Amino acid sequence: MKTYAEINEKIKQGKAVVVTAEEIIELVKDQGYEKTAAKVDVVTTATFGPMCSSGAFLNFGHSDPPIRMGKVWLNEVMAYAGVAAVDAYIGATEPSETQGLKYGGAHVIEDLVAGKRVHLKANSYGTDCYPCREIDTWIGLEDINQAYLFNPRNAYQNYPVAVNSSEHTIYTYMGTLLPHLGNATYSNAGELSPLLNDPYYRTIGIGTKIFLGGGVGYVAWQGTQHHPSQNRADNGVPLSTAGTLALIGDLKQMKQEFLRAAIFERYGVSMYVGVGVPIPILDEEMLHYTAVSNHELKTTIVDYSVPKRVKPNYGQVSYAELRSGSIEINGKKIPTAPLSSLAKARQIAEILKEWITKGEFTLTEPVESLPLQSKPQSLEIREKERE
Amino acid sequence: MPKRKVVLTFPDKLTEKPLTYHLVKDYNLAINILKAKIVPGEEGKLVLELFNGSEESILAGINYLKDQGIHVEPLSQEIVLEETACINCGSCTAVCPSQALTIKAPDWKLNFDKEQCIVCEMCVNACPMRIIKVSF
Repeated sequence: MKTYAEINEKIKQGKAVVVTAEEIIELVKDQGYEKTAAKVDVVTTATFGPMCSSGAFLNFGHSDPPIRMGKVWLNEVMAYAGVAAVDAYIGATEPSETQGLKYGGAHVIEDLVAGKRVHLKANSYGTDCYPCREIDTWIGLEDINQAYLFNPRNAYQNYPVAVNSSEHTIYTYMGTLLPHLGNATYSNAGELSPLLNDPYYRTIGIGTKIFLGGGVGYVAWQGTQHHPSQNRADNGVPLSTAGTLALIGDLKQMKQEFLRAAIFERYGVSMYVGVGVPIPILDEEMLHYTAVSNHELKTTIVDYSVPKRVKPNYGQVSYAELRSGSIEINGKKIPTAPLSSLAKARQIAEILKEWITKGEFTLTEPVESLPLQSKPQSLEIREKERE
Repeated sequence: MPKRKVVLTFPDKLTEKPLTYHLVKDYNLAINILKAKIVPGEEGKLVLELFNGSEESILAGINYLKDQGIHVEPLSQEIVLEETACINCGSCTAVCPSQALTIKAPDWKLNFDKEQCIVCEMCVNACPMRIIKVSF
């Protein structure tokens, strides 16, 4: 048994033993659970995948004369300005008003992080205290006040495999899906993925300090559509979409390398977000959770050609099978392709490991745990308020 | 074994002639049709890979095509990947029909084998970073 305080003390002294969630698997095979649990203090997990539910709050500072911004555009992408005078939220998926799906909110965020200035336009109806009605200028991250990423839903605990049984190619947020089960795409780092290594959110909770987009961030809240009640395998790992995290972090610390705008053909704009989460090995139970391998992690194969809320599925498959390059459905061999970058996730897990090993990054105990019981609601279409 | 990728452009009156049949039967060549746009009554385009013969038989086959009034040129288009901007996600591998683009263990970095590429251009729009282009 180790406490957060004991682990942090070792981190500060530069004595903490830190390994990645891939390395821990081999270590346990070699040395067994008891010995490894005593030896290892922290396991680093990471993911780098498309996470549409992302965006940033920006505060532009006040112009002279001042403006109460009513509508705001950054490089012709609309940002939400229905908050105080010079605050706005730029959502990753908002498309450009002039370029359509070729450029969007995620590109604005990436441009800002890359050190570029973006074109800020704003208008207003004008008030006695904010007489200015129009702004047209250029701003960069160094010119503005706060700029923080606030992503309502990131780091999905598992995600289905997408296939297409129809006669036609379909274009989805899971990539281009070829007809007649022509390919299968998946988007999860598997054994390296944060929430798959802490299935019951024992150490990942509100306030957990993390790697976010190249800087330091925090788990702010449960993510939207957090679904811990999903069916789970015997090892506790959910078999499809389950827990999610709302993440927050200082955009000014972030790096373009770990925050990349993406375009999904005929679907829209999204953003690849780099997330790294440290898991303290408090006891043997946590070691068991982090030592799971792709062979023990399963997900569900879902047919995206059915445009319904509940889509038909073809059962489950392990991440080891997905990583082998092909899976079998109804006797047919189907090539698999990842959408999230394992190479990048590994890089993030290594960086986080280095930060902790060098004593630069200590762990935080969650202020509050994420809910273990909750199910997403469906949107019912009603004619009137009460029916 | 010699291999040659060629682009054929032929006038509308030739669209109904069994050209590939003659290449196989008379010149003993194996043919991969990489891309085809053939509409009766319009100028046609065909991208072929010719192999399974000597350099001479491939050239003889090409000369036969030229004699028929077909414009033959080597496939010069190619897919270019801006490697430094690639995040190694693997999205392009999902649509690549020739396995020119692959991503696998141990390093899970994208591998592009130009030799296998048939310039079908499927990857161009499948790349979320938009860093794959066709160059002429």
